[in-house]
Order: sequence, then structure tokens, then C-alpha cells
Amino acid sequence: MTLWMAFLLMTAAAVFAVLWPLSRRRDAVQADPSDVVVYRDQLEEIARDRAAGRIAETEAEAARVEVSRRLIAAADASEPISSKPVGPAGLWRRRIAAVAVLVALPVGCGALYLAFGSPQLPAQPLAARMEPQPAGQQPVAELVTRVEGHLERNPDDGQGWEVVAPVYLRLGRYADAVRARQNALRLLGASAAREADLGEALVAAGNGVITADAKAAFDRALARDAKDVKARYFIGLAAEQDGRRDDAAKIWSALAADAPSDAPWLGFVRQALARVGGTVPAPAESPNTNMAAPAAPGPSAADVAAAKDMSETDRNEMIRGMVARLADRLRTEPADLEGWLRLLRAYMVLGQREKAMEAADDARRAFAAEPDKLRRIDELVKGLGLAG
Amino acid sequence: MIPELGHYALVLAFGLALVQAIVPIIGARSRDATLMGVAAPTALAQFGFVAFSFAALAASYVVSDFSVLNVFENSHSMMPLIYKLTSTWGNHEGSMLLWVLILSLFGAMVAVFGRNLPASLKANVLGVQAWIAAAFYLFILMTSNPFMRIAQPPLEGRDLNPILQDMGLAIHPPMLYLGYVGFSITFSFAMAALIEGRIDAAWARWVRPWALAAWMFLTLGISMGSYWAYYELGWGGWWFWDPVENASLMPWIAGTALLHSAVVMEKRDALKVWTVLLAILTFSLSLIGTFLVRSGVLTSVHTFASDPSRGIFILAILTVFIGGALALFAWRASLLRQGGLFAPISREGALVFNNLFLTTACATVFVGTLYPLALDALTGEKISVGAPFFNATFAPLFLPLLLAAPFGPLLAWKRGDLYGAAQRLMWAAGAGLVVVAATFAIMHGGPVLAPFGMGLALYVILGALTDIAERTALWRAPWRTSLQRARGLPRSVWGTAFAHAGLGVCLIGIVCESSWNTERIAALKPGATVDISSYQLTFDGVTQRAGPNYRELLAKFSVRHAGQAETIAVLEPAKRNFPSRNSSTTEAALMTRGVSQLYVSLGEPNEDGSISVRIYHKPFVLLIWLGTLVMVFGGGLSLSDRRLRVGAPKPAKAKRSIEKPSLQPAE
Repeated sequence: MTLWMAFLLMTAAAVFAVLWPLSRRRDAVQADPSDVVVYRDQLEEIARDRAAGRIAETEAEAARVEVSRRLIAAADASEPISSKPVGPAGLWRRRIAAVAVLVALPVGCGALYLAFGSPQLPAQPLAARMEPQPAGQQPVAELVTRVEGHLERNPDDGQGWEVVAPVYLRLGRYADAVRARQNALRLLGASAAREADLGEALVAAGNGVITADAKAAFDRALARDAKDVKARYFIGLAAEQDGRRDDAAKIWSALAADAPSDAPWLGFVRQALARVGGTVPAPAESPNTNMAAPAAPGPSAADVAAAKDMSETDRNEMIRGMVARLADRLRTEPADLEGWLRLLRAYMVLGQREKAMEAADDARRAFAAEPDKLRRIDELVKGLGLAG
Repeated sequence: MIPELGHYALVLAFGLALVQAIVPIIGARSRDATLMGVAAPTALAQFGFVAFSFAALAASYVVSDFSVLNVFENSHSMMPLIYKLTSTWGNHEGSMLLWVLILSLFGAMVAVFGRNLPASLKANVLGVQAWIAAAFYLFILMTSNPFMRIAQPPLEGRDLNPILQDMGLAIHPPMLYLGYVGFSITFSFAMAALIEGRIDAAWARWVRPWALAAWMFLTLGISMGSYWAYYELGWGGWWFWDPVENASLMPWIAGTALLHSAVVMEKRDALKVWTVLLAILTFSLSLIGTFLVRSGVLTSVHTFASDPSRGIFILAILTVFIGGALALFAWRASLLRQGGLFAPISREGALVFNNLFLTTACATVFVGTLYPLALDALTGEKISVGAPFFNATFAPLFLPLLLAAPFGPLLAWKRGDLYGAAQRLMWAAGAGLVVVAATFAIMHGGPVLAPFGMGLALYVILGALTDIAERTALWRAPWRTSLQRARGLPRSVWGTAFAHAGLGVCLIGIVCESSWNTERIAALKPGATVDISSYQLTFDGVTQRAGPNYRELLAKFSVRHAGQAETIAVLEPAKRNFPSRNSSTTEAALMTRGVSQLYVSLGEPNEDGSISVRIYHKPFVLLIWLGTLVMVFGGGLSLSDRRLRVGAPKPAKAKRSIEKPSLQPAE
């Protein structure tokens, strides 16, 4: 609001600067004085110079004669100019000028400003932005920039790189994440966890593909600690991507078997295991098997990361691939209700209505003996508008 | 809020410039004093708004408001405050804002000080001034808006070009712009005279001080730019005949010619049409300079961002103003009253001589600068016109000028006595010849022309002082009388003497620097010693140091007189690395002894631990810039002399009356 008030005042000042002289009556008729005045001044100057002894009398006399001649010529030539409007035409000119300025200046300037300006943006001096703000209100980007500023000045702060790396990963700045992981590794020394973290960043940067570099990083991690969870998981993923599903299943089974029952990543591994068709070893000491069971085999973190950077068509392609995998799996192990439901939804999202109907039929066949599960399938079919 | 207020103020200034461009001119045509009276308050208000706008941008720089795109692109929060401030004009957009700020400042000054100007002349001058201003406001708003915003501002800026992070940026561009743009006033006066179809006596009174003020600033601007390039670029050169330098030299030469012809016009009522043409040409050359530098036609440290749309816009402004002005000149010049008469040998004649050679020299620079560009544009062929061309054309044209400079002030107005003047200059010429002989004897070697250059320089200096000596009857009258007379001399006479002597001082510097400059280029390891001239430099080693926004590699040299153990100075040239721009600068170290300098500049560190170093000994090099300062001082003296200038003609004696028929019309 203050901004618009200021604009208003400025416009008023500008308009006033023009209207004020327009409204003033110029004092009566004045002769155009300049030439005559200048020559008269020159004559006085000659007299002063002569008095000060700067020029000789003969020179002064010659100069006087010349200037006087010009003075006479100028006095004859000068004509008066008037301040009064020269008839109604003059009055009209002033009125037009006044109205034009009163209207055109604010409108024109306003329009021009609105075309180029950004009145909605406040000034943002750096000092004000750097003042500590209540936690959680500061945009992540600003925090990151601040850490970056710190790292700019202290590029050897390995802890700093380690802090910023996962943030980069979350923000989708995979190349920066890789760089940060590499710096942390270099500055803080190698460890299994850091090697695995680097590998993870490399996978994200490679659109979810386990590249040779990433594989090497995981191998280095495992060389340091054969039990490293992240490295083992990704090595399994590498096997899956290579098409060695059995190897993948083996690796992940071992991983799941080693896991403490309350490991937060256990579900994740089980999903992966289920994907390659491995058997989930029941953790012996698990008191709560339900909790540990995978809720639904979702796409892996790497898959999501990959999807983020893809074009629309690539992304659809990838989703199609995932759906096809799901369909394959359900054909071999049809006892997965959630899987079927997900497949139905996926087909509908992809616009493959025919396939969705087929899948619904397959699912009904698979659960023909279980009425409550059949009911859920029917509900979904109805909800998706497949029925009838 | 501040950036937006600044933006809106700029828009308002544009609006006011449009009003100022139209209403007073209509008023002048219809002889309506009220409409003409709009000019002055509008010019003042326009200046007020631009000044506010500029202050808003500067404030955004000082507080590092990166939500302003221009600040983000050219500033860094870690920069020292002075550089934050100077970065305001250390970029294309900001420098254009400075351009219009100075343009409107000159307009405001005419509005304030021009009370005794004829109303219609004042209205027309301010009107024309507003045309130029409006064109450039539009240019800024459309193509180079410094107030563009970023909705999600980054937390750090991209930093100012490291080469520009120097005190030079605080001085060189404002001075240069005051000069460039100052000539807009003489241009506006010329256009106003053509529009009115007559030249008032007041016209002549006004043009000289404005031309002089602009000339002083331009001289300072060029000179400081040259010194800046000398110590910052690390090459030890002070003038490269680079197109960008030539772009500033051309208006300077034309402005110098204008200055001299304006004197004739004010004092003698002659050379009017020629002065009008020079005023048009001088500002046209300023505009061409702006175009060359800002359009991206040339690439240099001055080209902040080359953008074809900007180039085309400036080209359009250029075409309209220069073409329009020259067309108006062709159409209306014949209406201007012819001026007084004078004999070929006279003060007027000498000044015409000056004008002739200056404009020719300007033309050679123009050709040498624009021909390669035109050839490149038309045929794609790239040729380089460098120092050899200019030395072969510019120098011979300046030689007669320097020879004639001492004569001018000694000749009387209207009809002069060449023989008498030559007699009085005998001393100066004799001293010059002695210096030539002495230099030959002492230096044996070096360029053959160098001793003659020294002699010429001394002749110019002494010749300039001869005028003072004559007027004060030095040597002929007792000391006391001379002193009294010297005090009584008009400051404008002193001004002329200083300005001409400054030329000689500058020449000494140029001759010495280019003839007896010694240079060593070596790869040095710590402990190594280099002899140059009469000095011995020992390389003590390198250290690293961190500046506010850079890291620098600092080399330490201790300087001794050859054969002595005592260290007389420690030189620390450096290479600065600016991570935010990923670029580096060379900071030369200078040791000044008298007016000579020892110059050390670092090259790249080599793999074997040594570092490349360039060392120069430049005798009398500072005189180049001190000479220009003397010139500017002379200009200042003349400007401070508020007397009217009346040139008292030498009365025709009886025996000379036979010559009268041979008097030439002024134009």
C-alpha cells in the first residue's frame, strides 16, 4: 500500500513540475534582451580591461567600435515576445498541454511501469534475509545457500559436505550430491558408509542405473565392510538390472536374513525381494511379522529419482515397464491381492482399459475361493468405472 | 520497495523528458513564453527523478539486494563497500543509467544557470536535450533495464568483473561520461541555433564554458582510463590504439577543436557556422563511441554484455540524431549570420589552422578505427589497424599543431605579426635545439626521432610560457613589476599557457616511455636476482593471502640500487583469483621514483617452481598523465575566469591599410 502511495506522490510531483509553470502568468511583454545585454556587458568588460591596464587604449577603442556596431544591429533586430496567449490559439495550446500532461503523464507512465515493473516484489537486502528466522520457516534453498557460502570459504570442511549431500539428493541436484559425497570421502577418509553414500549419489545422477562407477563404489564399500546394508542392497539392484534375478534374490535374502527385525529398511528390502521372486525369509526373532511385511512393493528410491529427471515419454515408458514387471510377477504368484489392485489402477492410469478388464478377470479367478477378497476387487472395479 | 520506486522514477523521468521535448519547442515556435517556461522546471524535475532512480539502484547495490537482477549479476556480498557502490555503473545497465543521469544533470544546469539566456534559445536547448534523454530512457527501459527483478533471489551475487574491482572504476567512467555527455549541451545549443535559424551573441558566450568543462572531464576520463589500463592490465602499456580508446579520443580531438573555435566565436563573432558543425560532430562522435562500446561490435573490458537488440537500438538513435543534425545543418546553416573578418595571419587564423589539423587528425583516427569494422561487416575480411598506422598518420598531423601552438597566443586578433611572434619564440626554439643536441650526446642510441621529440616538447613548454613572459615584460622590467603584472593577468591567459605547456609535458613522457623503456622478462626462482636500468631486484618468494572475495598469490621483490646492499623498496605484485567469477587479475606493483616508475607484473607460475615475471623500467612515464593534469588545470583556470571574452582587434595601421582588401571572410 505504501508503495502505491509513494507512486502516487511521485506522479503528483511530476505533474506539478509541468503544470506549475503552465499556470504561471509570465510578466508582461519583455523584449528579447540577450544580444543587447551581452554586447552591453562586453562594452563594460572592455572598460574594465582598459582600467586594469590589460589592453592598450588603441586596442580598447577598436574593440569598442566593433562591439558598438554589433550592439546597434542587435537592438534593431530584437523583437518582443509575449507571455499572453497570442489570441485564442495560444490559450488553447496551453489548455491542451495542461490536460495532456495531467492525463497522459500518469496514464502513460503507469502503463509503462506496469509493463516492466514488479510492484509485488519487496526489496530483499541481504542483511535482512540473513537474520535468523524461526526454524522450519526458512526455505531449504536458503539454508543450502548458506551452507554453500560456508563451504565456499571453508572448502576443506568435510562435515559440511557430508551434511549438504543428502539435501542435494533430496532437491534433485544429483551432480552436486556426487561432488559433495566425493569431497566428504576425500576429506574425512574412506569408510564403507561413505563409499556406499557416494555410490547412491552416483546411481541417482545416473537416472537410477547402477553405473560402473557406482558399482565400483559399492564394491569398495563391501571390501571395507561386507555387512554394509546400503551397498548390499544396491549390489542386489545391480544384479537385477543385469537381469540376474536369482543373484539379486540371493543377495537380498541374505540381507533380509541378517537384518534386525526392527530395521526400518527391512520393508524396502522385502519389496525388492518380492520383485525378483525370492522368498522372504521369516526373521526368526520377529515378534510382529505383520509390521515387517511389505505394505506394497513400490518403486525403489532409485526408480523415483530416475523418474524425476525424465521426459514425459521416458517416464511413461518406465512406468509401463514397471507395470509389465508387476503383471509378470502376478502371473507366477497370483496370491497377492494388493498387487492385483495396484495393477488395475496402473492400467487405468495408463489408459489401458482392455488390459485392466483382463487383469480384473484374472484377479477374480485367483481369489475365486475367497469372497471377501473378491468383494474388494469388485469394489475397485466399480470405483474405476470398469464394471458394465 | 526501493528498487520499484527507482524503476518508477525512471519511467517518470522518461515521461517528463517527453513533455520537455515537445512543449518548450512548440512554445519557441509560437513565441509563447508560458510554454517555453515549462522547460526549466521540467528539466529540474527530470533530473530529480533520475537522480532518485540512480540512488535507488546504488542503494540496492550497497545492501546487496539480489532480488534486483542487475545487482545479482554484478555484485557480491563480500565486496568492499566502495566496490559495491562503483559496481552500480560497472555494468551495462547501470552505466547507461549514469549516462542519462549526467545528461539530465547538464540539462538541469542549463535550467538553473541559464537565466540570462534568451527564452527561446533556452527552450530549444532544453528541448533538444530532452530528445536525446528520451531516446536513451527508452533504450534503457526497453533493452537495458537495471531494475529487472528476481522473484526467488539467490543468496549470493555473481560478483563484479574482477578487473573492474579497482579505484579506477570510481573515477574513470564518471569522468568520461561527464565529458562525453557534456558535449550534448554544445550539441543542443547547435541544434537550437539551427532550429531558430540564428545565433545569438549569448550563444557564443555559453558554448565555450560548456565545451571547456566537458573537455576537461573528457581529458581526465581518458587520462585516468589510460593509467588504469597501465597498472591493471599488466602489460605496462598506456595506449594501445584500441578501437575503444579511439572511440574516446575522437570526441576529445573534435572537442579540442570545438573549444578553440568557440573562443574565436565568442571573442570575435567569427567562425559561427564552423563552430556549429563542430559541436554537432563532437557529440556525434561521442554517440558513435557509445555505440561502438555498447553494441557488441567491439569486444573489450568495456563490453559488458553484447546483445544485438541493444546495438540496433543504439544504431537507430545514432542514425536519427547524427543524420537529423547534419540534415538540419545542411538545410539551415545558410540562415546563420556570417561573422567577422580576419587576415590569414592572425589569432583567428592560427585557431583555424589548429581546427584544420585537429579535424584531419580526428578523421584519420576515425578511418583507422571504423575501416576495419566496416571491412569486416561487408566482406568478412579481418584486418588489424594498429599502432603503425596511427603513428604514421596521427603523429605527422600533430607535429605542425605542436609547432604552431606557441604561435597562436602571440598573434594579435584580426591581423597578426608572424615575424614578430617567431622572433619572440627564438628562445624557446633555441632551448629546444640544445635539448636535441644534449639528448643525442647523452643517450647515444635509441630511436633517432626521440631527441627531436624531446626538443619539440621543451619548445612547446617554453613557447607556452613565452606568452606569459611577454605579457609580464619578464627580463625587461624589474622583478617586482613583472610579478605585479603576472598577478594582474587574466586567468584565461594562464589557462592557455598551462594547457599548452601540459601538452609539452605529456609529450616528454610519451617520448621517454616509448624510447628508453627497458624491459626484462624472466622466469625466476626464489633468491634469483635481476638487473634492470640502475636497479637490482631480488625475488624473495611467494606467499598466499586471502582477500575479502579473492585469494591472491603474492610475490615479494626487494629492490636495491645496483651494487648496494640497502633495500630501497619492497614490491609485491600479485595474481588475484576470484572464485565467484572463476577468473583472475594481475596486480602490478609500482615503485615511483620522481616521475619514473619500476613496474613488476606476475605471469604464470611454472612447474619447476619458478614464476614468470615482467619487469619494466619506465623513465618519466608519469609525465604522460601529469601532463594531462596540467592541461586540465589550465582548462580549470580558464573556466574560473568569469570575465566576458572580448578579443580586442589589432587596429589597422595606416601602412597596413593596403592589406585590407585581402581580409578573408570568416567562412
